[in-house]
Amino acid sequence: MAKVKVEFKVNNREVQVEVDPTERLLDTLRERLNLTGVKEGCAVGECGACTVLFDGEAINSCLIPTVQAEGKEVLTIEGLGTEDELDPLQQSFIDYQAVQCGFCTPGMILSAKALLNKNSSPTREDIKGAIDGNLCRCTGYEQIIQAVQNAADGEVEA
Amino acid sequence: MNDLKQVNKSKKRVDAKAKVTGKAKFGADLKFANMLYGKVVRTKYPYAKIKNVDISKAEAYPGVEVVMTAKDIPNNTFGVIIQNQRVLAEDEAIYIGDGIVMLAAESKEAAEEAAKLVEIEYEELKGIHDPLESRKPDAQLVMEGTDSNQVVHHPLRKGDVETGFAEADLILEREYSTHYIEHAYLEPEAVTVVPNERQTLVSVYGSVQNPYATRDAVARVLEADLSQVRIIQDNMGGSFGGKDENISSMAARAAVMALETDRPVQMVNSREESIIESYKRHPYNLKYKVGATKEGKLTAMEIEAVADSGAYACQTPFVTWRSVVQATGPYEVPNVKTDTYGFYTNNPYTGAMRGYGSPPTCFAQESLMDELAEELGMKPDQLREKNMYRQGSHTASNQKLDNHTVSLQEVLDKAKESINYDKKYEEYSKEQTGEKKRGIGLAISYRGVSLGAEAIDTTGGIVAVQKDGSIILYCGLAENGQGLRTVFSQVVGEELGVNLDRITYMEADTSVAPESGSTVASRSTFMGGNALKKAAKNVKETMIEFAKEEYGVEGEIIFKDNALYTDSGKKIEDFSKVASDAFHSGVFLSSYGWYKAPKISWDEETGQGRPYFTYVYGCQIAEVEVDTGTGQVKVLNMAAAHDVGKAINPANVRGQIYGGVVMAVGHALMEDLGFSDGFINHTNFDEYLIPTAKDIPDIDAIIVENPDPAGPYGAKSIGEPTVELGGAAINNAIALATGERHYDLPLNLERVLIGRDLSREG
Repeated sequence: MAKVKVEFKVNNREVQVEVDPTERLLDTLRERLNLTGVKEGCAVGECGACTVLFDGEAINSCLIPTVQAEGKEVLTIEGLGTEDELDPLQQSFIDYQAVQCGFCTPGMILSAKALLNKNSSPTREDIKGAIDGNLCRCTGYEQIIQAVQNAADGEVEA
Repeated sequence: MNDLKQVNKSKKRVDAKAKVTGKAKFGADLKFANMLYGKVVRTKYPYAKIKNVDISKAEAYPGVEVVMTAKDIPNNTFGVIIQNQRVLAEDEAIYIGDGIVMLAAESKEAAEEAAKLVEIEYEELKGIHDPLESRKPDAQLVMEGTDSNQVVHHPLRKGDVETGFAEADLILEREYSTHYIEHAYLEPEAVTVVPNERQTLVSVYGSVQNPYATRDAVARVLEADLSQVRIIQDNMGGSFGGKDENISSMAARAAVMALETDRPVQMVNSREESIIESYKRHPYNLKYKVGATKEGKLTAMEIEAVADSGAYACQTPFVTWRSVVQATGPYEVPNVKTDTYGFYTNNPYTGAMRGYGSPPTCFAQESLMDELAEELGMKPDQLREKNMYRQGSHTASNQKLDNHTVSLQEVLDKAKESINYDKKYEEYSKEQTGEKKRGIGLAISYRGVSLGAEAIDTTGGIVAVQKDGSIILYCGLAENGQGLRTVFSQVVGEELGVNLDRITYMEADTSVAPESGSTVASRSTFMGGNALKKAAKNVKETMIEFAKEEYGVEGEIIFKDNALYTDSGKKIEDFSKVASDAFHSGVFLSSYGWYKAPKISWDEETGQGRPYFTYVYGCQIAEVEVDTGTGQVKVLNMAAAHDVGKAINPANVRGQIYGGVVMAVGHALMEDLGFSDGFINHTNFDEYLIPTAKDIPDIDAIIVENPDPAGPYGAKSIGEPTVELGGAAINNAIALATGERHYDLPLNLERVLIGRDLSREG
């Protein structure tokens, strides 16, 4: 199969890769760019562990061929916040005990980020809707919902 | 105890920052130089003779380093209790997840392509897929070298049930069934084995729930000393009991290939591979007979519970043992006859899953109590109050409950109050108009803490104070996501008066930490907490002795706020300064702590004794809305009250309750493997449905605290009790809403609408 050159932005950095047309964005991010915060949980777009932001929209990177990323901006969990200043969502997940095993956490935070980018004062139902595609087996979602709500309300410790 | 600084506080998780930034590495994220990628070829049929295996084309595929079968494995069997699980099947495959060939290649793609080229000739055989068939004396045998398909039988005899039933005014006999449940941890199994690394033959990295059990298995398979096998467990993407034997098998396979090639071998399951190969929660068939006087006093219970063990013994002997202890539920019954069994079948093997033998019995017995109350014309809570354990009660095993607080009344009252039970029960008992009908149902339980008489129950830990005053903790119990790194750090921080940012809980490493038993049975806070508390106390005593001599202080010394103080509140020195001075004076500031659980006993013939050293108590109440036009059930609210002894970290405890309740909602209403004749048809999350954020009820997580004399700061358990009550509570709520009782799980649309599941006989 002929390789295809793809140029796009990941976490605000320009990247250029040469991939098979069938290579999944998930594999490009994990294997080529070593962004292992992107997790593989099901490979069929059901669990949301591989969620990244794709021009600001939350998508399952297991369903997107890397060639579709041409010219796009991709954000993974590694690109959210900085070491000194976490994104309010990240801080809120810490503050409100929204993390257990942590495997769903990066995707969960990014789905919530996509929501808050569009809707700064979401209702509980809005939050449930935004993370409906992200499965979590540990938390029962409750503390995640509270963390997203509190991040939106600005009730996050520094 | 009144002025706790670390314990009983909702401290932020010590591992949270790494997890929200994506820095936390999980099994599949690890990379080693020169690493190969492993792959397993599994059987096509649940039961088949393997007539011929041709690996020549796979071996010839570019990039393939090694292709192996059972005959290449030094010792092909392992198991925690009975060593009859095979690393790879040789002459026959006995369940649909059996692996037959393993290989490793330079890339995942090459491994996958080569796997397709393995040619296996089968003779498909008719297997046994129903434990009720398997138990018949003339049934064909599943396991070579046995003379019966029975894995285990646990009897319990108390009083005389015939006499008890003769005293009864009302006798009910009911049959129940529960189904397979997949753990559905979000992280599929992943292991990397590095050969000849440092001083050991193999190092195993990955998502290992029970490092010592996996070490036992790998060492046995390789015929190596335990000291030559090192298991290093770090972050794990959920387990719920599920990353034990299947991970041991994966690690053993990777280890054999790593030694053969002298290169690291990584194996990662796809979701489909995970669901097909991994063990499940046992399906149960349960027969209950209960007798009561017309005043509602229980006179006798006779119970038979048959568990499907699938192709291997795995943990069936211990799972069904917990069932026999808890089968009557938390009720005083003078006459009890219980028999629990496990039988081999050609079905997926079954093992530990959160709850461990109690969710099936709880579902049956708490559904039965509700129906009994209805038949007696009593409110469900009143019948329970009349019979439930109180301080000094005797259990079915004739254990007197007097060494801890029996708090059933308290958990029941608190859950009822939270959800406004009495008012809603009255309202929903009346005729309801319209298609959507509401109901409310409750369930209560008692549950033994830790392993009980299943096995020796010990845990070790090390507290090592460094010369700068920072502290390293080691323990063989593994962080599964439940939060034990944080809880253990809090316990040690409390003892030594040190804040959590000065404490590091190391990953579980079998070559460093003392063997601590498995991270199972909701035992970690209790066992590991006690071991590390002991170790911390030892260090503290050493520091006190040193401080008295070095700084000339007298009287009590208090450790708090990263410093040492006199009893009059005068600061002596910073903790870090004392640590430094002690180190430079040649004082040893590390200690082992070894904790052995209190004494227990069990008579195998009668089921009498002291099966557990203490118990926890819980009550969950579900409020549901049933669409009688479609059969759809929505759980609206759930009150969950659990006595945890003492919450070391209340936010973590609430997290356990929320997670357990939602898991039980999934089990009760939607989760289904699509199992038929040995095949699993629902192999990914598009068909095996687990609850999403939209499926959850509003949950009131109620923490009840009656400190246990033996627990660290009084703490007991929370992980598993949360998941055993939901099935019955929801079933009882549906019965109140619709007037129809159900006896089988899951309560899917068809069962609720027409009373049976169209895809099955039942």
